Amino acid sequence: MSLASHLPALQVVLPLVAAPLAVLVRHTGAAFLLVTLASWAAFAIAVLLWQQIGSHGTISYALGSWAPPLGIEYRVDRLSAFVLVLVAGIAAVVLPYSRRSIEAEIPREQHYLFYAMFALCLTGLLGIAITGDAFNIFVFLEIASLSTYVLIALGRDRRALMASYQYLIMGTIGATFIVIGVGLLYLKTGTLNLVDMSVRLQEMSNHRPVLAALGFLTVGISLKLALFPLHQWLPNAYAYAPSVVSAFLAATATKVSVYVLLRFYFSVFGESLVFHRLPLPEIMLALSLAAMFAASAIAIFQDDLKRLFAYSSVAQIGYITLGLSFDSVSGLTATVVHLFNHGITKAALFLLIGCAVTVVGGSSLSRLAGLGKVMPLTAFGIVLGGLSLIGVPGTAGFVSKWYLVLAALEKGHWWLALAIVASSLLAVAYVWRFVEIAYFRAPPAGLPVRREAPLSLLVPAWLLIAATIYFGLDTSVTVGSAAGAAAELLGMAK
Amino acid sequence: MTGAELILAGLATPLAGALGIALNHRAPNHREGVTLVTAAALFLCVFALLPEVLAGGRPEISMFEVLPGLALAFRIEPLGMLFALVASGLWIVNSLYSIGYMRANNEAHQTRFYVCFALALFSAVGIAFAANVFTLFVFYELLTLITYPLVTHHGGDKARNGGRVYLGLLVGTSVLFLLPALIFTWHLAGTTDFTPGGILAGKLEGFALAGLLALYMFGIGKAALMPFHRWLPAAMVAPTPVSALLHAVAVVKAGVFSVVKVVVYVFGLDALAGGTDWLVGVAGFTILAASVVALNADNLKRRLAYSTVSQLSYVVLAAALLAPLSVIGAALHIAAHALGKITLFFAAGAIYTAAHKTEVSQLDGIGRRMPWTMGAFAIGALSVIGLPPAAGFVSKWYMLSGAMAASHWLAVAVIAASTLLNAGYFLPILWRAFFRPARAEDKHHPHGEAPLPMVIALSLTAAGTVALFFCPDVPLALARGMLGDLP
Repeated sequence: MSLASHLPALQVVLPLVAAPLAVLVRHTGAAFLLVTLASWAAFAIAVLLWQQIGSHGTISYALGSWAPPLGIEYRVDRLSAFVLVLVAGIAAVVLPYSRRSIEAEIPREQHYLFYAMFALCLTGLLGIAITGDAFNIFVFLEIASLSTYVLIALGRDRRALMASYQYLIMGTIGATFIVIGVGLLYLKTGTLNLVDMSVRLQEMSNHRPVLAALGFLTVGISLKLALFPLHQWLPNAYAYAPSVVSAFLAATATKVSVYVLLRFYFSVFGESLVFHRLPLPEIMLALSLAAMFAASAIAIFQDDLKRLFAYSSVAQIGYITLGLSFDSVSGLTATVVHLFNHGITKAALFLLIGCAVTVVGGSSLSRLAGLGKVMPLTAFGIVLGGLSLIGVPGTAGFVSKWYLVLAALEKGHWWLALAIVASSLLAVAYVWRFVEIAYFRAPPAGLPVRREAPLSLLVPAWLLIAATIYFGLDTSVTVGSAAGAAAELLGMAK
Repeated sequence: MTGAELILAGLATPLAGALGIALNHRAPNHREGVTLVTAAALFLCVFALLPEVLAGGRPEISMFEVLPGLALAFRIEPLGMLFALVASGLWIVNSLYSIGYMRANNEAHQTRFYVCFALALFSAVGIAFAANVFTLFVFYELLTLITYPLVTHHGGDKARNGGRVYLGLLVGTSVLFLLPALIFTWHLAGTTDFTPGGILAGKLEGFALAGLLALYMFGIGKAALMPFHRWLPAAMVAPTPVSALLHAVAVVKAGVFSVVKVVVYVFGLDALAGGTDWLVGVAGFTILAASVVALNADNLKRRLAYSTVSQLSYVVLAAALLAPLSVIGAALHIAAHALGKITLFFAAGAIYTAAHKTEVSQLDGIGRRMPWTMGAFAIGALSVIGLPPAAGFVSKWYMLSGAMAASHWLAVAVIAASTLLNAGYFLPILWRAFFRPARAEDKHHPHGEAPLPMVIALSLTAAGTVALFFCPDVPLALARGMLGDLP
């Protein structure tokens, strides 16, 4: 077999190998180089896989040539390819940024550990998206989670330890629920392969253990994806983690959890069980609305920009799960496209906050006063990212909102369409808090008149800002992939 | 150049201008030179399109699809032509005025000011040329955002609070009402193209039709229908050139232009028949209530702002009457009110620059010190009241004829009453300026006219106001052309 046919395995193996190597070399520069190259390779592989899916359809790869359902199957379809591109792409952009950023935020002797953990985290997230095996999902989830706990704890603020611990407790509860759910499914079906499982589940959708498994999985995954009100771990984790970690996690970790939810709902249980037998759509709808309004409202009153955007993430996750609750192509398109659009927007925002932190020394709003004068590029980038959160036309956020409102109107839910647009007004309020502080207040005393962050930080951040604008104007790639994935999940693919 | 190329040139010119202004930030004379050249070039681009449009051509170009089936596309019909001509033509004069005003008042951040101005004109041209509601919406939102730094130009608490009201109401109404209206239109019709005769015929009726119309009318907050009009007086914290070109011409006319466009090309006059009485009522109420507020405002710019709120609703009212004559009047009023009101704002800014006066009650005897300024002010006032020999007379004539033809006596009464109110808030200013002696304390501050560029600018627009009365051919032909589009 040629190398090309082993791309699914390489997707996970490359970053997995980079992690122990980074520990072995124990040298900042070398570890940085190793992990960055691995992430670029992973991104290239993800794009290649995405192209292959486009032309040849779903790829099934038997790991170690053990045929499924006995062996572990790696399965790449439209949705997983899209998530792989997002995760690997963000890693590829964020890593070059990390070099300068962690110099300011992490003690030098821990740098190689940071890179090792980052590589493991990337491995876990990519693995979740590519595997077609229920238990394998759990294993990768744990790899990603454990490395995430370490990455958060590396934050220089001592509260980072507490945040990490909090996330550890919550994350472990979530993982336990997930493993119970998977166990119940294994008990009933005798298989861990997702495709196999879905075939066998069709005859037993009435069985109590199956419904219980659905419940356990829903709660467990909702904890990991920070569905309101299971989001308590998220604001502290994002606020106190090193900036580059916040950016990476905000763009990928919760998004991959949403992927897992979609996978179990649509590919394993099937929409008829999830959406027609249980009141899950109603519950999802209510919780999503609560997230959109409550978390946005809380965001308005934050005094720290990282926390502000962290609560904004909880609200935006509400949009993602809202689209899912519609159980329609437009709704799922909104969900999948918003995974991507919100991912790049939030990553850009956290990277820019990282730029500001290197100069003004903190992310509290009082320190960011007058940022428009001191760091015009950074401040303007944050404004552009904020516009995408609001959903201004010409930004990526607008595209997501369009499909979400369209999905609501298709169902005839007028009030819901109004609720969606009304909640984006709350986003105007929290984004404008930053605008007014950055442009109408004088910078605090002791700051230089004008000093931008170094280019190695600004370029990756602005690359992502440029992407949020680009994907707001040319949506053929994002909407095309998302609509394809949505149709495939609902079994309507050509 | 072909029509499509001219459209692209018209869009690219202000963008390139903005870049040129930014690059010349160290050389103010070059920077202002770039502004003037850009404004002239933009006007030429627009003007070059006129013959084709008058001859019945509809130049168009589709840029790219933002969402499947939804393209960013431009297509010039007569009404858009008229709006683009007015906005780009007055930009030249306004640039001249800005140079005098910004330098005489030693304003800070002048480069930012001119860059934002060029980008605002880019957005206005985009709105004028939009081929579908989606494109219009994109540029509409862009115009709001790009004018925010202009409104809050002075910084500080007052500007910040004004900016909050400005942005809150404009973004609030557009996101809350206009966006759902746009998506609902797309959901119903599968297109958002402006089409003669409308795209919603037979797809909606009764309550849903009225609901969608209400979403559009209140969603286009830039038309300043009450109760969403407060952003316009709030925007008066901006430097006067901004109030003049943007909040008497580009932004507010973008609003009423969108209203007329949606009524004529999305709904279609026939489809709306009988469903717009409530809109006539709301517009009529806005006309009268805003005039009453203007009557009591002592601050000159505030009085002018409320006068604008009232005049904008003339256009909405005329469109809501659905009579061909009144719709022609609505189109004409976009041009006529623009010329008259920009003259009034120019005069207000000249008074502020030369005499540092902002209140009506301070203007005793100022006509003798600033005869050109106050002469122009008189012409502008005549136009807004609707008296000959000023352009406002022509548009009001058509609106009244339309209202009578439609036997809509409420509308006739509103227009008549409002004319009296307009006279009531403008004539006392003229009386003070020309017939009352200057107050004692003013004698210690001798001053003459404002700097020459400002006087030239306001004389030009005043002359234009009169000229439009004597030869309204081009705007009239365009307004008729718009209705000629109808089947």
